[in-house]
Amino acid sequence: MCLGVPGRVIEIHDCTALVDFWGVRKEVRLDIVDEPVVPGDYILNHVGFAIRRIAPEAVGETLALYEMLLRENVDGEGDLMALDVRSEIAGAA
Amino acid sequence: MTNELQFRDPALARSLAATLARLVDEIGRPVAVMHVCGSHEQAIARFGLRSLFPKALDVIMGPGCPVCVTDVPEVDEGVVLARQGVRIVTFGDMLRVPGTVQSLADAQASGGNIEVIYSPRQAIEIARKTDEEVVLFATGFETTAVATAAVILDNPPPNFSVLSAHKYIPPVMEIVAEMPGSRVEGFLAAGHAAAITGSAVFEPFVERHQVPVVIAGFEPMDILAGLVELLQLILNKTPRVANMFPRCVSAEGNIPAQKQLWRVFEPVGGKWRGIAHVPNGNLRLRDEFAHVDARKRFTIDLPSLWDYAPPALAGQCICGEIMSGIRNPRDCRLFNRECVPETPVGACMVSNEGTCKIWHLYGGVPDLEATA
Amino acid sequence: MTTLMEAPTGRITLKQGGGGKAMRTLIERLFVRDFATLPFEGVGIAAMDDGAAMRIGDDWLVITTDSHVIHPIFFPGGDIGRLSICGTVNDLAMMGATNVLALTCSVILEEGFGLESLEAIQRSMIAACREANAPVVTGDTKVMGRRELDGIVINTCGIGLTRTLVRDNGLSVGDRIIVTGNIAEHGLAVMAARHSIGIEGDLVSDVAPMNSLIAAVLELLPDAVTAMKDPTRGGVSSALHEMAAKSGIGIVLDERSVPITAAVRAVGELLGIDPLHVANEGKALMGVRADRADDVLQLLRAHPLGRSAAIIGTCVAERPGKIILDTGFGRRLLAEPEGEPLPRIC
Repeated sequence: MCLGVPGRVIEIHDCTALVDFWGVRKEVRLDIVDEPVVPGDYILNHVGFAIRRIAPEAVGETLALYEMLLRENVDGEGDLMALDVRSEIAGAA
Repeated sequence: MTNELQFRDPALARSLAATLARLVDEIGRPVAVMHVCGSHEQAIARFGLRSLFPKALDVIMGPGCPVCVTDVPEVDEGVVLARQGVRIVTFGDMLRVPGTVQSLADAQASGGNIEVIYSPRQAIEIARKTDEEVVLFATGFETTAVATAAVILDNPPPNFSVLSAHKYIPPVMEIVAEMPGSRVEGFLAAGHAAAITGSAVFEPFVERHQVPVVIAGFEPMDILAGLVELLQLILNKTPRVANMFPRCVSAEGNIPAQKQLWRVFEPVGGKWRGIAHVPNGNLRLRDEFAHVDARKRFTIDLPSLWDYAPPALAGQCICGEIMSGIRNPRDCRLFNRECVPETPVGACMVSNEGTCKIWHLYGGVPDLEATA
Repeated sequence: MTTLMEAPTGRITLKQGGGGKAMRTLIERLFVRDFATLPFEGVGIAAMDDGAAMRIGDDWLVITTDSHVIHPIFFPGGDIGRLSICGTVNDLAMMGATNVLALTCSVILEEGFGLESLEAIQRSMIAACREANAPVVTGDTKVMGRRELDGIVINTCGIGLTRTLVRDNGLSVGDRIIVTGNIAEHGLAVMAARHSIGIEGDLVSDVAPMNSLIAAVLELLPDAVTAMKDPTRGGVSSALHEMAAKSGIGIVLDERSVPITAAVRAVGELLGIDPLHVANEGKALMGVRADRADDVLQLLRAHPLGRSAAIIGTCVAERPGKIILDTGFGRRLLAEPEGEPLPRIC
C-alpha cells in the first residue's frame, strides 16, 4: 500500500524538493503535502510525492510513545529489561 | 544524514515482544488480529518479526496488498491494451501478477510495450516525450491514488490516460469484520494511508463493529508497538481508534490531498481477487475526467483473451476465509497443487506475506528458533 | 500441476533470464538434461557450476562461457565490454582457475550501432584484459539488421588451468560463509540508470576481475576454501541457495554482518528492493573451514578488492537448501529471487 520513506529536504524549487535519504538524493514533488515545507524539514515520500511533513519533534515523541507502552506493561522481571531499554532511549535522545 | 527516523533498536524490539507475550498470556486464549497493508507485510517479513510474535498471537495478512487483490479481469484489461499495441507504464509490483492468461510481464515478453516506473510523474514525462498513447496502469491504495490524482489535475498531455485499478481500504475491513466466524479481534491499519485519510475515518467502523483499530507505522518498532496497543485494547475490551503513528498521522489527515482524491476518483464496487465483491472498494475516475480515462479512450476487448482461458480455478479459492482466520491453507484444495508462488490463484499466494505463501515457504507456521 | 515451463503462452519470459529459480528450471529442463547424456569425463554440464572442468595431467583445465546483453550498455562504473571480460575471468576464478590461459570474444552488432561506442567498449575490454592478465586470442563478429537485435551482444569464453578445483557444492556443516566485499552495487547502479529513477548518489557498479584476489587466498591456503560462487544475477540469495542445495546443507545468514555501503542500503530502501537479491560483478562467496576463516579473511582484506570482506554466515544441518536470515530482530527464511528485482511501491 505504501512504501513510504522519510527524508530530509535539502533544497526547494517551485513544486519540487531535493530530498536526502540516508546519503542519496532524490527529487520529490510537493503538490500534495498539506503544510509548507522548508529545507531541513523531514517529509514522508511515497512514489516520488511528499505526502506528509514530519515535525522535528517527531523522533522524541515516538520514542516517548514506545517508552509509555513499556512502562504501562511492566511487572516483575519485565522491569529490569524495560529499565535497560529506557536508559538506552535516554542515552540516544 | 542520520537514521533517527529508523526505529530499529533490537533491544527495544525484544522488550516490546516480551510485552506482547505477557499481554497474550493475560488475555488467556489464542488471539487473531489482522493487518491490512502491503508494507506492513513487507516489514514483518523483512525484519523477521514473525519469529518474535508469541505463538498464541496470530497476525494475519489481510487484503492489504493492492496488487495481490487486483482481480484477474483488471490485469486482463492491461494485458489486452498492451496486446492492442498501446504503450503501458506501471509500477514494478504489478508486472508479475497473473491475469486469466498472461501477466503484464508475459505480455511484455510477447512484444508488448510495457515499462516499469517508480512514480506517476514519470508517466507524464514519458508521455511528453512521445506522440504515441501512454497509459498509466495505476495500482495501489488511496496513498498512491492521491499521486495519480495530482498528475491528472496538473494538465497532463493529450496522449496520456489512466487505467485505474486503485483500491480503497476501509470498505474491505467491513467485509472481513462481517464474515461469519471471523476470528479477527482487532485491526492494524496502514500508517501511510491514514496519513492521507486521517485516523478519524475509522471511527464509524469501530463504532459499528466494536473492534479496535490501531494505526501503525512501518519501522519494526512501530509494528510491535502497534500490536502491543492493539492487544491492550482487546484485553481491556475498550475498542477504539488508537493512533500509534502520530509523527505522520493526525485525526483529520491531509485535507487538500483528500479533496484532490475525491475530486478525481469515486468509489465503486468491485471484486477483489480471492475475496469477494467489495462495495466502494475500487476507485474509478469520475465522469468529469473521462478525457484521461483509458477505459473510455480505448475499447478494451476482454473477451478476446478469454477464448482460450484455462479452466477457472478462481472459484475454488478460499483466500477470503483464510484471511479471516476461519480456515487455513491446508483446507484449500488448490494449495501447493495448482496454487504455488509461481502460478498463484489468490492474493494469499501472490503476496510475500500472504498466509499461503508463508505456509508454502515454511512448510506450515514458521518456526526457525530451533536452528543454530 | 502447471509449471514455469508450461506457461500458458508457451513463450520465454524475462523472468527466465533473471537468474532465479525460473532460469534454473528452464536450463535444467531444456538444455542440461539432454546434453548431459553426451560422453564426458570431468565436471560437466549436469553440475551447472560456474564452469566445466576436465583433467589434464595433474591439473584441471577449466572452461566457461558467458553472453552479455546488459542495458544500458554504458553504466556508472563500467560497460558491457568490461562486464564481458570480467564475467568470464571471474567464473574461471570461482572454479580455482585464477591463471587465465586465453579468452575468446564474439560480438554481434545491430546495424546502425555507433562506431564511437564500439571503440569505447573495445578500450574497456582491453583495459580489463590487462587488469586480469588475460589475453583475448580469437573471436568473431557478426552484424544483424536494424531491430533484429538490441544494440550489441557479446559472448566471451575462457580457459584456465588450476591444480585445485573448487566446486560450488563442497559446503559442510560448520563451514563459514565469507563474502569478499560490499554487495548489490552493480545491480542497483544499473537499475537506477535503466529506469531513470533520478537518484543522485554514489551508485557505481563493482565490475572487476577477481582472479588476483582469489589467487591470494588459494595460493597460500588451498585447503581452506571448500566452495566458491560469484553472486551475479539473483544476488547473494540465488548463489547461496544453489550452494546450499547442491551441498545438502542449510545456511544461517547474519544480515547485520553483510557488508553494504550506506548509499546502496538507502537506494534499496527507497525502491523497496532487497540488496541480497541484487547482482554483483566483482564479489565472491566462499565457503571456508571454520578454523581457517579468520586467516582467509585476513588475506582477502590485504587485497584492494577485498577490503570489506566479512564472515556472514554458517552452514548447518537443518533445512538443507534453505537460507535462514537472522535479521537482528528475528529470523525468517530468505526467499529465492523470482526474477529481475523491480522497484516496488507497496
